[in-house]
Amino acid sequence: MNRKHTIAILVNDHPGVLQRVSGLFGRRGFNIESITVGASEEPGLSRMVIVAGGDDHTLEQIQKQLYKIIDVIKVIDVGSSPMVARELGLIKINAEPAARPEILGIVETFRASVVDIGANSMIVQAVGDSDKLDAMVELLKPYGIRELSRTGVTAMIRGGR
Amino acid sequence: MSAQSATLKSKEELIEKWSKPEVITGSEMLLRSLLLEGVDCVFGYPGGAVLFIYDAMYGFSDFNHLLTRHEQGAIHAADGYARSTGKVGVCIATSGPGATNLVTGIATAYMDSVPLVVITGNVATSLIGTDAFQEADIVGITMPITKHSYLVRDVNDLPRVIHEAFHIANTGRKGPVLIDIPKDVSAAKALFQPAKEVHLRGYNPTVQPNRNQVDKMIRAIEEAERPILLVGGGAIYSGAHEELYEFVTKTQIPITTTLLGLGAFPTGHELHMGFPGMHGTWTANTAIQNADLLINIGARFDDRVTGKLSGFAPMAKIVHIDIDPAEIGKNVPTEIPIVGDVKAVLQVAVALAKRADKADVWRAQIQAWKASKPFKYADSETELKPQWVVSMIHETTKGEAIVTTDVGQHQMWAAQYYPFNQPRSLVTSGGLGTMGFGFPSAIGAQMGNPDRTVVSINGDGGMQMCAQELAVCAINNIPVKVAILNNQVLGMVRQWQELIYDNRYSHIDLAGSPDFVKLAEAYGVKGFRATNKEEARRAWEEALKHPGPAVVEFVVRKEENVFPMVPQGSTIDQMLMGDSE
Repeated sequence: MNRKHTIAILVNDHPGVLQRVSGLFGRRGFNIESITVGASEEPGLSRMVIVAGGDDHTLEQIQKQLYKIIDVIKVIDVGSSPMVARELGLIKINAEPAARPEILGIVETFRASVVDIGANSMIVQAVGDSDKLDAMVELLKPYGIRELSRTGVTAMIRGGR
Repeated sequence: MSAQSATLKSKEELIEKWSKPEVITGSEMLLRSLLLEGVDCVFGYPGGAVLFIYDAMYGFSDFNHLLTRHEQGAIHAADGYARSTGKVGVCIATSGPGATNLVTGIATAYMDSVPLVVITGNVATSLIGTDAFQEADIVGITMPITKHSYLVRDVNDLPRVIHEAFHIANTGRKGPVLIDIPKDVSAAKALFQPAKEVHLRGYNPTVQPNRNQVDKMIRAIEEAERPILLVGGGAIYSGAHEELYEFVTKTQIPITTTLLGLGAFPTGHELHMGFPGMHGTWTANTAIQNADLLINIGARFDDRVTGKLSGFAPMAKIVHIDIDPAEIGKNVPTEIPIVGDVKAVLQVAVALAKRADKADVWRAQIQAWKASKPFKYADSETELKPQWVVSMIHETTKGEAIVTTDVGQHQMWAAQYYPFNQPRSLVTSGGLGTMGFGFPSAIGAQMGNPDRTVVSINGDGGMQMCAQELAVCAINNIPVKVAILNNQVLGMVRQWQELIYDNRYSHIDLAGSPDFVKLAEAYGVKGFRATNKEEARRAWEEALKHPGPAVVEFVVRKEENVFPMVPQGSTIDQMLMGDSE
């Protein structure tokens, strides 16, 4: 059964590691939906969070193949446990002064914020899970989205684990 | 005795000399590090980006380098050396085209889990990324076909990188490791401190098996009525042939060894069923399809072995022993996975195993199958049959040669008609199926085994993909015996075009090939030609007696096909038997 998987990968912060990991996904027929990379809790190690679609058998194979990369330290199937998953989105929309109050209403409802205002545009910054961002983008569409940039999901398992 | 201790002492002195901490160039570090890893022969080809490395070799008599005539020849030779000795094979090439010429050889080694350390030069670090002359991103190009790779940017990292590369290449599931060294790094000087330890947090292969899993396998054996072992190259690579022999004789379970597993167990043994798969024995394939327990030991359920996956071993409970967890369950759902080194697993298993007592009827059945369906071909008194040639080679080498093959019909005939009894005796490209591999790999095998007879069985197609290495044999008097089964056609392609593509023979005619005797002689290698049995035996025996390299061209029947054959997409019991019916 095809579903969305969220995998966190702890890797050595070496050149080429991102290429090794993303290349593996492509070769094994696993489509990457989003990928985020950044520092981890340990100096010298980076944490990648990859959201990808595929069946469970492929996911298992991918995890095993990931472990074969020498620079991969740990692979965590975050999505199999209760998790916190967040992404950040920046949305530049048309915003003539007359439309602004309405837009601000939407922004407030989603606990998003306005981070830039131009003569006839605004940049809205939203943080949340992907569904929340999807919904917000949907509501802002009628005003005219000029640019959309989403970071992709970063995630963690809840609680002490 | 005194002579031996004298050599031992000089070896220690050499090690002391090589490991002396002093300020030297990256190139000298490389050579010394290789020597300290126990490398006794490197195959390579110089060029601009490795000039410093080759300059360091000049006058350095401790270091043994064999100059091939093409980088592909160098890496296949290193591969043949590694497969036949169990040691890491090493090759060197320059940047750009030198490096890309290694790609086929790297992929060949990767598919068959062969430990290689592949050293390439690159342009100077200041030029990387500028599309400089002879620049290629070889680390990027080879990422999917190496176990690991390094681009060394700091000369101080070299000793550690080389030490890690050897460790990674020859432990766990073995494989090729690439080290790319920019020209300025090989020129830079630094204090050489040999690396002694390896710290790789992300690399800890599981060697010892989980005892509970082994117990489950032992119980499964006790209950099985129709058990079989499917043994692959992993048994040879882990040096487990003795443990395997003990395990089989103790449990009395019939065994089939894959193409890469041939030699892990004596082919003539009554429990041995030959090799399975597309051109395997009727008995092995039929046994797999009827087994109620299949224990895979270091094989990877390759499609040439399994045939149609959904119909493979339909009644069998599957046990899979492999050092690489990613192989378990990849192709075939597995009830009892055992992650570990084959040798370590079998050592545990041998102590616990008992005779498979419920399998007497099965064993008798297998004996009957073996007797009724051996490999068979219709011999001829007028034409030379390739199968006969292989049998003759087997007979005249008493079955004790190291045999390397190329890829195609002759490869299958070599596997069928040269029964292997010792591990590391068959050197063949199984996974990638690389034409051009057979002959240069024999050069490496001979370098690693100077006292053994090394025979290279080739077709007329593959021989022309690396024939230039005849020069290396001639100049260095490497006494490889090259057999060319010349059917004047790309035989395996012809066979498929005949059987599957309705006799539409498309671009398979190799007319216009050189006179192989003259070709050999042009390089200074002794050449023979045989067109009938009498000539064949005489020429071959003369070639064997000749102290140097020799080429024997056997002109064989063009229309001969390899049987049995499982057409692609069929289950492995759907065998075309051809002449062997």
